[in-house]
Order: sequence, then structure tokens, then C-alpha cells
Amino acid sequence: MKADPKGVLTGNHFIDGDHAACEGALAAGCRFVAGYPITPSTEVVERFAQRIPLIGGMFIQMEDEIASSIAILGAAWGGKKVMTVTSGPGLSLMMEHIGYAAMTETPCVIVDVQRGGPSTGLPTLPAQADMTQVKWGSHGDYEIIALCPNSPQECFDLMIKAFNLAEQYRVPVFFMMDEVVGHMTERVVIPAADTIEIAERRWSKKPPGEYKAYEATSDMVPDMVKAGDGYRIHITGLTHDERGYPSMNPPTQKKLLGRLLGKIRDQREKLIDVREEHLDDAEVVVVSFGITSRVTGPAIEEARKRGVKVGHLRLVIAWPFPDTVIRKLAQRVKAFVVPELNMGQMVLEVERTVAGKARVVSVPHAGGTVHEPQEILERILEAAK
Amino acid sequence: MNLDTTTNKGRGTVLVQSHVCKGCSYCLDFCPSHCLEFSKDFNAKGYHYPVLVRPQDCSGCDLCGLYCPDFAIFGVKFKDLEKRGFTKAASAEAD
Amino acid sequence: MSDNCALKTPDHETEGTLQIENPVMPFLRQDRIPHIWCPGCGIGTTVNCFTRALEESGLDLDQVAIVSGIGCTGRTAGYLNLDSFHTTHGRPIPFATGLKLANPRLKVVVYSGDGDLTAIGGNHFMHAARRNMDVMIVCVNNFTYGMTGGQVAPTTPIGATQTTMPYGNFENSFNLPFLADACGAVYVARWTVFHVKQLARAMKEGLLKKGFVFIEAMAPCPTLYSRRNRLGDGVDQVKYFKENSVIRNGAETKEVGLSFQGEIVVGKFIDRERPTWLDSMNAHFSQHFGDKYQTYGGTNG
Repeated sequence: MKADPKGVLTGNHFIDGDHAACEGALAAGCRFVAGYPITPSTEVVERFAQRIPLIGGMFIQMEDEIASSIAILGAAWGGKKVMTVTSGPGLSLMMEHIGYAAMTETPCVIVDVQRGGPSTGLPTLPAQADMTQVKWGSHGDYEIIALCPNSPQECFDLMIKAFNLAEQYRVPVFFMMDEVVGHMTERVVIPAADTIEIAERRWSKKPPGEYKAYEATSDMVPDMVKAGDGYRIHITGLTHDERGYPSMNPPTQKKLLGRLLGKIRDQREKLIDVREEHLDDAEVVVVSFGITSRVTGPAIEEARKRGVKVGHLRLVIAWPFPDTVIRKLAQRVKAFVVPELNMGQMVLEVERTVAGKARVVSVPHAGGTVHEPQEILERILEAAK
Repeated sequence: MNLDTTTNKGRGTVLVQSHVCKGCSYCLDFCPSHCLEFSKDFNAKGYHYPVLVRPQDCSGCDLCGLYCPDFAIFGVKFKDLEKRGFTKAASAEAD
Repeated sequence: MSDNCALKTPDHETEGTLQIENPVMPFLRQDRIPHIWCPGCGIGTTVNCFTRALEESGLDLDQVAIVSGIGCTGRTAGYLNLDSFHTTHGRPIPFATGLKLANPRLKVVVYSGDGDLTAIGGNHFMHAARRNMDVMIVCVNNFTYGMTGGQVAPTTPIGATQTTMPYGNFENSFNLPFLADACGAVYVARWTVFHVKQLARAMKEGLLKKGFVFIEAMAPCPTLYSRRNRLGDGVDQVKYFKENSVIRNGAETKEVGLSFQGEIVVGKFIDRERPTWLDSMNAHFSQHFGDKYQTYGGTNG
């Protein structure tokens, strides 16, 4: 369906990533945000608080991130498209509710504007060090989706995709920004509302009595309902059966987990979103995401000038990790170079999928600023030898 | 369930799901007319369950029902049942 | 299903049998009964009172949602035949906040235990009361963490023994009505499971009241709190409630603290009016934006 024009600020704007992300959420139909201030993400909710009263929706600043992360889930079961916004320390607090969202299959978008860590770290400076945490941070086995915008324009465009994926797969979807993408100001073009496709919630067509809260449909994802429509649903974080009732035994656990994981893992081909450049003749591939991809560009240009056949693979969806793309490349390239604003996180996924068929060179960074193109260039030249 | 309505001059009676009872004694202890006692036998889970031993004293007030944590007992007033079209049986005996 | 009652039906000459259902049954998820609560546990009694209150409130049950946390009382959501949400430990109140604000027509009830609501959930309790969020809180206080085996809770009185205070509790405990009052609740009451009629009435008043409603329902935990403290079983504890309770409606909440097997002041302590968070928001934005602003949500049905 088309976006609601009330939430679409059509026009050419000169705004930063945080602001663009807010506009993306509004365009996607987000009408409930519960948040808590944390640098460098606060502007997203500040703008939402300012915009939402006249659009028709709700913003509430909760008492902490733990409250924010579950208030949005309550609102989702009240029928709204929901989002919360945070950075590293807040994301750590939200871990239990990320698991709860995954277990109850509650669609939501969680924006993480990453900053230096660990702990309080570097509140006003960038990093990309929460990448493994979003995938593995909560207890138990579950799957999530994570997107990595690299510009304010993408903060708008990909936010729409994030909300659509949340509705389609009924998982928490993470929007992995960082302090630089969040605070860089660039041109953002917001199109007309009727050119923006948004996914409606997959409302069940079954009547009360027939509907089962966790009965899978053809894509392993159950259709959803909301409180107040007479379904008398029961939603729990305990291991549950198709009715949603607690059923704590190994066969139910196996069946449930099979579906919670399978709905993403078995459809991961549909969840590949990468941007490829110069890959046709590449002997070395730089795998990057987010802000690091902006710095990688000049490094690749310079390397090419020096005759190195290097290509660029940018992850737009980082989770699920695009195994098949990397594996295919690994058959024919010599080396992968993985620059990231952390001490080696996504490189572990590259190593895993390459499985020794090519060299994998990490270009870590403790965080606080972006790589110099020179750092990445040196690794590319090394890898090309 | 024992229900003797022949000589029942009471204004109501109780219905007991004996298999659900956990023998907690709330109904016995808080019945204002003290007309419930524990059964002599056990239910399948090994608990004694309430039996209406003084049916003539039962007013059908349903306090037992309000107290019961297991939803195993409730009281009904005969006049409410009569409103729904039922009359007291002429003979006694139930199981 | 209930046992049959041998009564004469109007159509038959002979004794017919008729199915009379326990009137509480339609409010319960009957495929989940019998429940997991121990013999003599007071939670089931509070649920009886709650179903009575639901019936008498006249509310459309499709519009009543129940949110529980984790613990024995937290299992209540699983037994009530309403839109029910079994959330994370300590967090039913913010979940309920989100649910209510997303659909203000719902009547949202949080039904959870003393540990869940005032220990791990204490922060959320404070802020929802401060905001006067339109949610009703039923706090079943059994002075312990029952589900995990009987640990000390913020409500455990000094002198009681629990597994994590094996030599007797020496920590001060909460006076829950005082806490709720201080944080801004508009309705504060305490009853015990002896006071079934008053508890049901309080719950009904709470269902029909707008704003942050707090009802403390004292209940026995025979298996853990009573047993470890040699207080007999459930019915003995309810007799203690009966013999030691004093009804003082309108009492000063700061004077209703509890002590180990001491006097219990019960009653309706606070019943006042304050604009809810949502009403305040709507009033404020209407004033600020004038005609451009459209009131958010309907009034509470």
C-alpha cells in the first residue's frame, strides 16, 4: 500500500542522518515511538516528538531503555507500527526485550546510532562495534534483520525497507547507523507519498475461534491480530504452541525454534541486499558497511589507479549475513579486505563463509573516527600481492 | 456429587468439581453457615473435597465460590435456578 | 465442566440432569484449568474476585486486556479469557503503557506480584503512577518470590525467613499503599483474600476509574512463605488476615505499613481525580496547536 501523505515530508531537504531516519519512519507509517535520550541518537526522537502531534500518533519518553523497548512491543500489539532509538549502552539494556520481541514475533524497528564503546566509551564519536551484539546479544537462539545505511538519504530510504521487513517477517529489525552517518548533513530527497510502497501488517483474515496466534502461513510467519478485536489472544515469552499457550517441553521447543529461525534462515536469499562495484574482474574484494563504505570508495579508486583489480561489496543488509554472495566470490578472488569501525566483528562472518578458500584481511579500528582511506589502501595493496 | 433435595429446606446448594479440588479448606472455614465438611474419600489427586453435609443451612450465597482458589465449588440459590426454569426434584439421591 | 445437578426440568417428568457451569468459567481459558497454583494459594481467590468485578463492571470484555509479569501471579494472564500478555519480569507496566497508548479504548489491567511490580519493576511503577497512566494495577502481595522457591521480596517483613535471608529478614519492607500514594496514584486500596467481597468491589471500582489505580491484594503463599515461617497453611494465613485486619477507609497511607504477623490495615485509602497522561497530552496540544490538532485516541470505553 502507499504511504500516508500525512507522514511524508515530500521535498528536497538538507538534514542529517538522525533527522532523515525520523522522516523515514514517519513515511513508513510509524506512529508510536517510545524512547530515551542517548547521544548520538537523541535527535531522532526529538524530531519525532516534534512532528508526531500534528501527524496523529504517539511519542513518549520512557524512564529508561528497558521501558522503551517493551512499551513499543505493547504498542505493536495495540496495532501500531513502532520504533525505538538508542545507542550502545541503551542497546545493552534492551537485550531481554529483543529476545521477547523475537519470541513473540512482534514487529518493531530498533535504531542503534553506534558510538565508541565499550561501556560509556565515546558518546559523541563513531564506531560500528555493536554489529555482533545485535545478532547475538540476547539469550537463546533467534534471528533478526539488520540494515546499514551509509548516508542521510539511505537513512530515509532504508528505514522504509526496515519497517516493511519487520512487518513481513515479524522480527525485530535493527537500523545500524553510527555517529557520523547520524550527524552528517547531506541532501535528502523525499518523494511523493504515492511513490512510496509500504507493507501493511499481515492482519489475519480468520475470525476469532479459528485464528491461532502462532500458526504459520506459507512463509513460516503467522498472521497477526491486535488486542481489542475479540480474538482473546494469549502472548507469552514462554515456549508456546500454535495457540500461544505455554507448552514447555522439548518437542514444542524444537518446533517453535525451527520456525522462528527458519523463517529467516530458509529465506535468506530473499534477504540479500548488497551493492557491488568493480566485482567482475576483481581479485581482491573489500567488504564494508555503513560509514566505512564511504571511506572505502577513495581507497578503491586509488588502488585501481595503481593497477590493482579490487572490487567493493557493500552490505546493506548485514544480518542475515549474505553467505552465498561471499562464498561465490571466494571461489574466484584472492582475498577479502574487511574494514570496520571495530576490532573485528563482521570479519568473523567473512572468515566463516570464506572457509579458507581465500585470504581474509581485517582492517580494525578502535573507534572514535573513521578510517583514513590510506589505511584501507595499504591493506588492499598487501592483499593483492 | 451429593445433593439431597428431599428434605432440603435450604435456600440454595453447592456444586463441586471434586477432581479439581486441592483440599485447601477455604470453603469449609469461611462458609457462614458451616454447612460444608470434607469428604471421607479422596479424589484422584489424593485430596478430600467439600461435601454439603447440612444442606438445609445452605443459602446459596456463593461465598465458597468466591473464596475457592481452584474454581472447584460454587453456590447457587434455588430461586435463581427457578427463574431459569428448574424446580427442585421430588426425590433425593445423586451419586 | 461442572458436575450435574439433579433437578427437575420443566419439560420432563423424570429427573433430568442439567449442566450448570461455574459462573466464573466463561472468564477463564478452560483448556488451561486446572492451574499451576498450589493448594491454598491465594492468587486463585483474587482471580475469582477479579472475574466477579469484570462481570459487574459491565465492560465489553473484548476491550479489556490483561498484562502480567513473571512469577506465580504473573501466570494469571494465561488463565483469563481476555487479550492477555505474559511479558518479562518487572515490565508489565511499560508494556501496558504502550498497549494503552496505542489503543486508548482498551481497559488495560496489570496483574502481577509484589516482587515483579515493586522490585525489578519499581522504576516503572513509580513513573506510571507519576504520569497517572490510565492502567489498573492488581498487586498480589504474598511477601515472597514464590515461583523461584521463596526468596525475600521488598515486601517481606522484618523477622520473616526466606531462602535468601536464611537467618531472618533484616531489611525494611515497602508500605505499598504509601508508595503508590506518594507516586501519585488516584486510587489506592488494600484488601486481603479474606475480604473477598471488598476486594471484588475495589476491583470493580478500579475497572471503572480513570487513572493509575493500585490495589494491593494480600494473599497467602502456603508452600513457601507460610511453611518456611511456620505459619500453617493457606487457610491459617487467611484466618490471620481475618483476625488481624482492621478496616480503615481513608487512612493515611504512611500509617498502613505491615509487620510480621502484625496488624493489617485494609481499606480504600485514596480515591481522587487527576487528569490522565493522555488527557493532559490532548489538553496541552489542543491549547498549543488550536484547531490544527486532532485529539489522539477516543475516551476510555
